[in-house]
Amino acid sequence: MAVTKPTTAHPPSGSRAPGDTRTALLFIAPAMLGYLVFLVWPTLRGVYLSFTSFDLLSAERWVGLDNYRRLVNDPVFWDSLGATLHYVVVNIGVQTVVALLIAVLMHRLTRSTALRGIVLAPYLVSNVVAGIVWLWILDTQLGVGNEVIELLGFDRIAFFGDASWAIPTIALVNVWRHVGYTALLIFAGLQSIPPTVYEAGRVDGASEWRMFRSITLPLLRPVLSLVLIITVVGSFQVFDTVSVTTDGKPANATNVLQLYIYDLAFDRLQFGYASAISVALMLVLTVITVVQYRLMRAGRSDLG
Amino acid sequence: MSTASRRTRRRMSAMACAASFAALALVVPAAGCAPQAGPGGDKKTVSYWMWDSAQQPSYEACAREFHKKNPGLRVKITQIGWDYYWTKLTSSFIAGTQPDAFTNHVAKFPQYERIGVLSPLDELGPTRGIKASDYAPGLAKPWMGRDGHRYGAPKDWDTVGVFYNKKITRAAGVSDGELRDLEWNPKDGGSFEKVLARLTVDANGKRGDEPGFDKDNVERYGLATGDAGGENHGQTQWSAFTGSNGWSYTDKNPWGERYNYDQKRFQETIDWYFGLAEKGYMAPLEDYSDTNYPEVQLGSGKAALATEGSWKLGAFAGLKGVDLGIAPTPKGPTGKRASMMGGLADSIPKDAKNKKGAAKWVAFLASDECQNIVGKDATVFPATPEGTKKAVATHRENGLDVTPFTRHIEEGTTFSFPVTDYSADVTAIMIPTMEEIYAGDSPASSLTETNKQVNFLFQQRD
Repeated sequence: MAVTKPTTAHPPSGSRAPGDTRTALLFIAPAMLGYLVFLVWPTLRGVYLSFTSFDLLSAERWVGLDNYRRLVNDPVFWDSLGATLHYVVVNIGVQTVVALLIAVLMHRLTRSTALRGIVLAPYLVSNVVAGIVWLWILDTQLGVGNEVIELLGFDRIAFFGDASWAIPTIALVNVWRHVGYTALLIFAGLQSIPPTVYEAGRVDGASEWRMFRSITLPLLRPVLSLVLIITVVGSFQVFDTVSVTTDGKPANATNVLQLYIYDLAFDRLQFGYASAISVALMLVLTVITVVQYRLMRAGRSDLG
Repeated sequence: MSTASRRTRRRMSAMACAASFAALALVVPAAGCAPQAGPGGDKKTVSYWMWDSAQQPSYEACAREFHKKNPGLRVKITQIGWDYYWTKLTSSFIAGTQPDAFTNHVAKFPQYERIGVLSPLDELGPTRGIKASDYAPGLAKPWMGRDGHRYGAPKDWDTVGVFYNKKITRAAGVSDGELRDLEWNPKDGGSFEKVLARLTVDANGKRGDEPGFDKDNVERYGLATGDAGGENHGQTQWSAFTGSNGWSYTDKNPWGERYNYDQKRFQETIDWYFGLAEKGYMAPLEDYSDTNYPEVQLGSGKAALATEGSWKLGAFAGLKGVDLGIAPTPKGPTGKRASMMGGLADSIPKDAKNKKGAAKWVAFLASDECQNIVGKDATVFPATPEGTKKAVATHRENGLDVTPFTRHIEEGTTFSFPVTDYSADVTAIMIPTMEEIYAGDSPASSLTETNKQVNFLFQQRD
């Protein structure tokens, strides 16, 4: 989840104190240590393990490309990737649109901090708690949600038990939890758009919708693309909500990649193959991020 | 709420590792989960893990008795629910915090045997004398490793039976004698299916064998659902039927290297069995959940019959408003009944801190002395014939006839849980497959393809 930070351009200073570099290194050291120990080393080790057969207890054995060959021929992996993509599309699609809507409403209609607090509230609940609460609400036999559906004259729906409902249900539970946070990020972006632009629009007689399309969206692009990159990467890594609600069921319909990796590693002790899938996931995410960055020209702004 | 227990099983424990997994984009954080030195074990206590809270009082009693005989040793029993038990155990082996002894299950044993974390009991003084002939026939065999060493001391056994509510069966005109004498076949289901149809009632009060029966609107099913059985080789679901149709899981047992899911006898049985759900005689897959086990379905009147393991006797006997009856599993095309015989055993980790004490404790657990204590409480059937007699007597005192379970042993109609390598992988393949067939999304013939996948596991090079 490394997010590239724009390096703040330093005003060129003539003479630098000689001890600066050392002090700088000293300050960076703790973060650097954490970065090396918890990110770089595990990543390198994981890449190495993906070329081995490893059960965590006996020494690993080099198997070359075996794990990757198996991955290509593993229908469960491809189904799992499909389930994950399905999840990401529903999750990101709905979440981005709703978050944008909330952000614009917050920006154009109200300045109430209390309201902002309410919008953010679900984000303060942990994924596991959110998952379990929704699991009970939507339970086929006992859930309040299904009671309401039945009162309205519809048949009860096995939200988490039905293969075609399970992924959208989980995706929407996570939208519920994350949408406020995403809205707040977009809201921050909106505030960087100078009000004078809207004034000019109003003078020209533009409607709210027209201003949204021609002013808000284009000027919001850099922030929006950054938000998308972060949320897409996060969305691909969905694990806890699935683990506490469906755990891959029914019939692997919700066996998302992280769940498959976890199951392979910790239930089946196939750390080598689990690492190979992890590496594959990392590659997929890298490609998606780079493409997104390029397509959305995230690095540049249309503001003067 | 379906599948909550399986869910939770994955959670927790290995959580620290899993968290970094999920949080960072990936890659196995092996470095972060490196083994740590466990707490220094002292030689005065033996730490023992088990998952069944119902049996804990019996084993606490054994522990007190053990302490009397070995004043220098105290047993510390830790009970961890099944859902967390195995992940916790596996991580304890990695972290070096394993118990001195623990209750083991045949489904999990092969993995531990493979990674070599268990002690051969025949090499430890106190447990060296454990003989297969001391226990119910067939009980000790699955615990022999591929190297010919013994890795588990049998502690109990279980078979499968048919539980029913006499109030419901009598009202439907089905007698106890009839239920004790059922047979089935894959063509028309035999008298077993007829009884199920009779006991099934739809929302309009029509029975399953009456014209106009609405199979999509069933009020009470003939047979309760116990999930699709992919996780436990159909032990309490379909294994009594596949077994009495003359089918066995693998080419040999233990340590078979080929599964037989492609055989006609298996597929026709599965086809018939899940067909019961299609006909409306068995509850559908969605009705199974961790709050809706077979005994709950029987208790709530949602089902008339339930096939379950003998370890559930207590749960069924405790149902309010149910006049409990037990029948043996029906005879199949072979002309005989069949039941899987499961059994737990005690194992000792290779790196147990107090191995000597653990061996003494495990030997005591496997002895008639402790087995009689456990038998008297009758929560399970102890592994020794002596202990089993005690359990049967206790059940009789409580007005329960448990011969439907014991007769399988006497008549030699039991078969064992398939012990093979890659058991966790086989399960991972079988769970979704059986669910698909149950839900009607795949035909039973798809098992031929599944069998190829399963057997492919055994061709991996070592």
